[in-house]
This record gives sequence, C-alpha cells and structure tokens, in this order.
Amino acid sequence: MDFSLPPEVEAYRQQIRAIVARTVTPERIERCHQTGTFDIPELNQALAAEGLIERAVPGLGKGDPIELWVLFNELEKAQEPFDALAVSVMIAGVVNRVGTEEQKARILPSIIEGRSHVCMGYSEPDYGSDVASITTRAVRDGDEWVINGAKMWTTMAHVADWLILLTRTDPDVPKHRGLTMFILPMDTPGISVEPVPTMATERTNATFYDDVRVGDEAVLGEVDGGWSVMTVALSLERGVMGGTNPGVPLLRHFREWAEASGAITDPLVRERMARVAIDNEVAKLLTQRSAWIAASGGTPGLEGSMTKIFATEAYQKASRWFMQSAGPAGILQFHEDGAAADGWIEYDARHSPVTTIYGGTSEINRNNIAERHLGLPKARR
Amino acid sequence: VTVDLGLSPDQQSVEELFSTFFAKEAPPSVARAAEPLGFDRALWDRLAETGAPGMGVEGATMGDLVVAAEQLGRAIAPVPLVEHLAASRAHPVPELCDGSTIATISLRPAVDGVWSLVPAGAVADVVVGVDGDELVAVRSEAPGSGPRNHAAAPLADRPTAGLRTVLGPASQFDAVLAEWQVLTAGALVGIAAAALDLGVEYAKTRVQFGVPIGTFQAVQHALAELPGLIDGARLLTHKAAWAEGPGAIDTGDNAVEDQVALASMAFVFAGDVATHATDRSLHVHGGYGFSEEYDIQLFYRRARGWSLVLDDPAAECRRLADRLFGAR
Repeated sequence: MDFSLPPEVEAYRQQIRAIVARTVTPERIERCHQTGTFDIPELNQALAAEGLIERAVPGLGKGDPIELWVLFNELEKAQEPFDALAVSVMIAGVVNRVGTEEQKARILPSIIEGRSHVCMGYSEPDYGSDVASITTRAVRDGDEWVINGAKMWTTMAHVADWLILLTRTDPDVPKHRGLTMFILPMDTPGISVEPVPTMATERTNATFYDDVRVGDEAVLGEVDGGWSVMTVALSLERGVMGGTNPGVPLLRHFREWAEASGAITDPLVRERMARVAIDNEVAKLLTQRSAWIAASGGTPGLEGSMTKIFATEAYQKASRWFMQSAGPAGILQFHEDGAAADGWIEYDARHSPVTTIYGGTSEINRNNIAERHLGLPKARR
Repeated sequence: VTVDLGLSPDQQSVEELFSTFFAKEAPPSVARAAEPLGFDRALWDRLAETGAPGMGVEGATMGDLVVAAEQLGRAIAPVPLVEHLAASRAHPVPELCDGSTIATISLRPAVDGVWSLVPAGAVADVVVGVDGDELVAVRSEAPGSGPRNHAAAPLADRPTAGLRTVLGPASQFDAVLAEWQVLTAGALVGIAAAALDLGVEYAKTRVQFGVPIGTFQAVQHALAELPGLIDGARLLTHKAAWAEGPGAIDTGDNAVEDQVALASMAFVFAGDVATHATDRSLHVHGGYGFSEEYDIQLFYRRARGWSLVLDDPAAECRRLADRLFGAR
C-alpha cells in the first residue's frame, strides 16, 4: 500500500487550498449561519473560474475520484459548507451520463460556471428511507406531463435554479419500476417552497407541486426508468464528496479552546483528543480507500456505507465528549462571552445528529452491509 | 491510478503463504491444545522451515510483515512470531534469522534487574529491552513457564542478567516498540476478522423461532458495524507500517505521517476493534459463546490479552497525545 499523494495531486490540493483561503472567509461562514443558506457563491465562482467544477464532474471533466476526494476533503476541513456544491456536481454528472444533448447544452453550462445549483426532490413527507414508495405523480396530458405532490428536505430549493424530481408515472407496477426522474427549472409555474428551519441553523425546505406542466425535455433518462437514474447518482457520489471528515475541524476548534482554557492538561481531555485524532485518521483512510476503488474502476458502494457509518458515529461521539469536557462553556453559542471555541462546540452538538440520518441512515447502511457484504439472509422487516 | 491501497504482489504472496500454512498447521484446535502456556514448539519449528523467523531482516517490508501478522492473528497461532520479528529487526543476528533462537522484546524498562511480564518471555532465548540508559539484548535460559493469564500467552518475568549485547542508547527503543505495536496491531486485525467470520457463520446456521438468527435485524446490525471497523484498523496498521521515522503531525489538517504516532494509533484502534468484534461475535453465539467448546472464547481472551499486555489503552492515548499535541 502506498499512502502518499503523487505530485500532481498534491499540486491540485494546493490549488484548492489557495482558493479556499481566498474565498472562505470568516465573514462568509458567518453569513451562512445568519441566513441559514449554507453556500458560498464566491467559492463556487472562484472554482469555476479555474475550470475546477467542470473538472470535478464525473464523465464531463477529468472526473478523477482521487481529485474529487481531495476537493471535498479540503472544503470539509475548512468547514466550508459543501453540500450544495456536492449535489450540483453529482447531478451534473448524472445529466452528462443520461441526459439528452439538448439537456446537456441547456443545463450544464450554468452549473459548471458556478452560477446555478441543483436541488434534489427525492424524499417526501411520508417516504424517507423508503424512497421508492414516493407518491408525487407525473401524468401524461397530450405532449405534456402534469406533476402533483410534495417533497421534503429539498435543501437549497429557495436559491437553486434547477430541480431534479423523482415522480411516480406508473402506479400499477412494482414500486421501483414505475418511477420517472425529471429535471426542470425552479421557476416553472406551480412550484412553491416553504422553509423548514433546523436545529443546526441550516435551512431546508418543503416543496409543493401543483399542476406543474413540463414537456418531454424535462424527462431525465427513460420514462419509468427513474430508479436507474437514482442508481447512477449514487454510483457517481462514491462516498468521497464530503461528510466523512467532520471530526477534523471539530478537533481543531476544541484544541484551540483546550489550549486557551488550560483544559489541555487534563488527562481525560488528552485521552479524548487522542482518540478523536485516531478516529479522524481512520475516517480519512476509509474515504481514501473509496476514492482508490473508484479510481481503479470499481464501485465502492458498500465501502461507502462502512465509511459513512464510522465517520458520522465517530463525529457524534467526539461532539458529545468535547461538549462535556468544555462544561458550561460548551453550551454557549456563537458570539457569547466564554463560549468554547467561539461557539463551535455547541454548534457541532446541534449539527452532528443529522449526519447519521441524511444521505442514508446508519440503519439502511447496516442493512446493506449485512445482506450484501456479510451475506446474511434477508431480514424480516 | 495515483493512489494504491491494495496489497502489493509481494504482500499477496505473503498472505497466500501464511494463510495456507496456518490453515493447515494451526487450526484453532492447535491454539486450544497449547493452553495454558500458549506455545507450540513443533509449530514453531515448522514455521521456521518456511523462513518466516528471518523475514524481518531479509528484505521484507514492514507492510509485508503486517500481512503475515494478520494471518497469525486469524489463526491465533501459538508461536511468538510477532515478538521475534520485532526483536530480530533490532538485533539482526544469524541465529535469530533461522529461528533456532527465539527472541522477544520487553515492553517495559527493567526495574531492579527484572523485565516484567515480557511477551513470549516464557519461551524466548533472547530478550531485547531497556536496562538503565541502554538498549540491550540478553541471552539467558527461558523459564518455560509463566503466570497463567487471560490470553494463555507465554508471558514471564525475565532477569537482565545473562550474555549481554549493547544495541545502543535507550532512546532507540521507541522505534522498536513502534514496530512491535504495528505488528501486534496486524495480529489484532486478524483476530477481529476471524471473530467476525465466526459470528456471521453462526448467525447463518443457528435457527431460533424457525429461522436463522441472521435474519433478525438486531443480530445483523451487531455484525454489520464490524467490517468498517476492521477495514479501518487494517488500513491504519498498514499506514503505520508504511511510515518511516519522524514525519508530519498536524491533526488540525488531518495530516499524520509520523511512524511512532501512527504505530500508537494503530495499536490502540486495532486493540479496541478486536476487543469489540470478539465481544459482539461472542454475544451472537449466545450461551455457546461462553462455553469452552466453541472457539470464539479463544479469540475473545486473546484480543484483550495481546493488547493489554502493554498498558491501559487510556494511558497509551495519553502518550499519543504527548506526541500529537505536545507534552504538558
């Protein structure tokens, strides 16, 4: 095994770091926390100006999984809010893979130029992990499709220009076979967006679809082939587009507080810091492995599940430990006098719970590992 | 591909060689029969015929040795290969390379002329350890027995008296201990992987309520969390084997390439994972896991014994913290 990065990847990392240092300022991170919109357009545009968004899109640019890992690893370490960018890059890859030439020409430039985001309409109020059971309907009407229904957790819908929307087009076949994916402009008449505030300040949305009319130009992939489009999206993500190293900025913040407060001399604090450093290293290596598998032509689906479970549960443990170790300073929020790490310890305790839920719950990931990796019999559910 | 986290062709050969050897020569019944001493001389002699004792000084990389150690751990083979490899790299003399002499290391400096609870101390002919301000190798008669212990490991106290070779200043010991930690971590990964296999096999075949217990989600999830932990421990152990000497330490940037720090990390993490995996697997076995008849209890005890022989993991974490964050 060789754990070093070759010079060209290291140079790419330095290029990313320079952009992050220039554009991800404390003021802009503060703006995310004030507005609840976790995105820094200045970063996206700076990346686009150097061709780096296009370069990251699988199948379109270089699409090197090692680079994709390095890009999102650098953003995550800097605590840059990367989720919106990750979704846009991934969906651009899906459009490039399964879209028509007309769709590619119409949709991709705005994404790779860093001007537009895509939001995802998959989950519904009644269907989360069981996403194949969604009930938002798309019904044929002449040359058009008429869409009615509601989606949940449509994060970035209030600023995105594009929407990727999973609908049911045939209710009379087994649930995975009657789904169709659409991609449409967010300003299409009939779409409305309601904010859903969250414990971690970040705003997500509920979106509603009331006789939304689109033509065939909005169908992404085959009619009734929506599930395979979902599969493409998952295969492009590969578990390397962020979310597996949240413990790194947390340890950095906690160490700053521990040094300043003197808690760094406490033996229990030192033990916990060392254990978090170990977990961070393991999370990094597991993510690096997914990137390596993808770069070698494999699909690290199960490895991605293992990595997500480990990284997010380790993050929650670290957050709990550090909040406890900081005592009362750990419950004080941003801008309050005496807040541990200026409030970051308290913030992580609010943010960490969602990480074992979104993007595939730990339970769904364990089901996958049990049946497809360990070969255990299908569970009675 | 710009990153390679697969086994090299050499490592694949080592894996094949040792997995075949241990599968044939050291099924769990051999470990069982070697209790309580935890040493099988005939198995060591056959291992020596393969050239394994000399691997540490004859061109194999630490990564190759980790692969061998993992296979030893999978078989919980009652031979002190890990200790011998670590000692022979510090004291590379011919009689160690052919296995006719067994060597080990003392994990602690001598106190009043005695090295305490030396791994393989009951059977080793040579002990490498710290005595005062020197790192020395001492040849003396192996006692052939030692205190009965959780892992049925051949531990024993050893005097520093004997035929003595000075290897260098005591400061050299950190690197020796680091290599022992890395190789032991490899063996612990093997224990964890074997324990998972045993648990999965049992869950597929044990029937309760008319179905294999592996169909129950509660059982599935207890096992499904283990592969990621085991793979993480293996990667971390290989990274520690790959690192050479002092290197970068920047936890704020998730950049640690320092050999001693990575060795400590791998040892702590692999110990935790082996402890956890054997615990989960034993539990899935129900009452049978607790009975001597089933093999999982052999792995359960060694996971703890092989890691705790150094120290409380919390104490090791505090030493790691000194390295990562500076001593206070």
